[in-house]
Amino acid sequence: MDALLSSLSFITLYGVSYGVVLFTISIGLVVTMGLMRVINMAHGAFAALGGYLAVSLMNAFSVPFAIAVPAAVLAVALFSVLIERLFYVHIYTATELDQVLLTVGLAYVAIAGLNLAFGPNVFPGQLPRVLTANVDLGLRTFQVYRLFLIAVGFLLVVLLWYLFDRTSFGARLRAAVDNRTMAQAIGIDVPKLFSLVFAIGSGLAALGGAIGYAIFPLEPIYPLKYLVLVLIIVSLAGFGNIKPAVGVAVFVGVVDTACRYLFPSVGAFIIYAILIGLIIYKHAGVFTRGSSS
Amino acid sequence: MTARSELLERHAFKPIEAVYWLLLLAVFFAFPSYLAIATTVVIMSLFALSLDLVLGFAGIVTLGHAAYFGIGAYTAALLAFGGFHEPISDALLSGLAAAGLALVIGPALLLLDGLPLIMVTMAISAILFEAANKASWLTGGDDGLRDFEFSPVFGLFRWSVYGQTSYLYALGWLAVLFVLVRRIVSSPFGVALQGIRENRARMRLIGSPVVGHLVRAYVISAFMAGIAGAIHAQTNKFVSLEVLSIDTSVDAVVMLVLGGIGRLYGGLIGAPVYILVKHFAAEWNPYHWMFIIGALLIVAVRFVRGGLLGILGRIGAWLASLGGARKP
Repeated sequence: MDALLSSLSFITLYGVSYGVVLFTISIGLVVTMGLMRVINMAHGAFAALGGYLAVSLMNAFSVPFAIAVPAAVLAVALFSVLIERLFYVHIYTATELDQVLLTVGLAYVAIAGLNLAFGPNVFPGQLPRVLTANVDLGLRTFQVYRLFLIAVGFLLVVLLWYLFDRTSFGARLRAAVDNRTMAQAIGIDVPKLFSLVFAIGSGLAALGGAIGYAIFPLEPIYPLKYLVLVLIIVSLAGFGNIKPAVGVAVFVGVVDTACRYLFPSVGAFIIYAILIGLIIYKHAGVFTRGSSS
Repeated sequence: MTARSELLERHAFKPIEAVYWLLLLAVFFAFPSYLAIATTVVIMSLFALSLDLVLGFAGIVTLGHAAYFGIGAYTAALLAFGGFHEPISDALLSGLAAAGLALVIGPALLLLDGLPLIMVTMAISAILFEAANKASWLTGGDDGLRDFEFSPVFGLFRWSVYGQTSYLYALGWLAVLFVLVRRIVSSPFGVALQGIRENRARMRLIGSPVVGHLVRAYVISAFMAGIAGAIHAQTNKFVSLEVLSIDTSVDAVVMLVLGGIGRLYGGLIGAPVYILVKHFAAEWNPYHWMFIIGALLIVAVRFVRGGLLGILGRIGAWLASLGGARKP
């Protein structure tokens, strides 16, 4: 019984904290795709950039974790506005294929750039000692880092909920997601909103990369390595919806952790198989009225 | 010319195409020491052509076509291990294996479009890659499969060290399947596919069986991709996990974009350009090569509509307009 409880608590805690990092990276994409309708395959690059930047600040300039992470997030958010103005503005009305191609191109350039700047191997970063310490939760001991991730995730959900549901910025954003033309007609500056939201989305990705590097190791291939999972979460959550994104990301985290823990040999497939089934169930309208084809 | 015949003859044979095929034959005589890379070009041309049928003509945006290329390659190698050495029927069976998978997946997959479609194609290909990686008793895992043999083509042409047989064998397949694709895109079925690409909802409204058409195109395309994979295995005598990787899928898409998507010769022009650039950048490390692909993609989307064939077409139109201006 104790062994079972201990396994269960392990799966829950590790799964949820893994899900929180996935959520942090994905939610930026959920928001930008909801507003801009752009399939952004380069989103992972902003997460990677955030991680690399935070870790190199800590390694090279011994900046403390608590300052390095926000600094990296801010830098990536500002940088992303530049990229948005340079590249993304041109593909807002392009075909899906063109959006995929251009953003895959950006991801490739990012991968090559990361390799050039930081070398081809995993970029090692140390967590601050506070986070690597273990804490006894009764059933077994856990790293504080995992609890820290869950706390960050919780805080983020509350903040985002407040931002989108309770501020005038959120109201304008939701208006533009629902009906862009109408929003523009009543005087909302949509292009400016786009840049702002893109900065927030990329900043959130950078936050995921910067706090998650102990779970998702930093390496040049990072921008594409976790992209499939992130994009699946986005297509399951639906464009512009925060609440389902939390659920889906945590679900993915827990199920994936559970499968890898319980069935190590086939664990990696199960989550993909479940997710493919869910996507087809949700989007193909197999069991709903009005098929999509 | 009636609208009907114009639609059906849009992709009819033009004499200038002979130049392309004569060039491929000329390579055989002019560059005997480069036949290995020339064979790769022909195989990837065939793979890109199969992708063009779904991506270019039917508008199915997939980033997982390597699944079928890989299934074909592994099937070809495994059949040879099982004692099946005749290359042509081996390739056909490999194509059928790939088509079989497409037939299973297609009906559910092709209900999707947009982002969910892209995601699921990527995810299926990722699953296959992981499965092949884990099932090392069957696929050799990271080490791949090697040391399998095929009997001479038609019982006559031995697989020579310099790759003459390989090159002509691959070229023969490309020519045959190219004729098949031309027939398809010029048929009413092919025109319906192009209609679905342009406006899926409208095609459904006029009563076209949209998903059925797409599944048929998808299965045919998988069959061709499987044959391309089989030729890859037969001519290299080696299959590695790379044939199933997402990079292989993206490579084919980039080739099509470079050559011109939705044109019969898109992949056939894009593949040589892509592979030659990659070959000469090979002394660099692979990450630097990604700079080039990335930049090529960005430039292709931003500035070069329709790829190289699009540029050629515009130059041709410009020359024609000059000629037209001279004799009013």
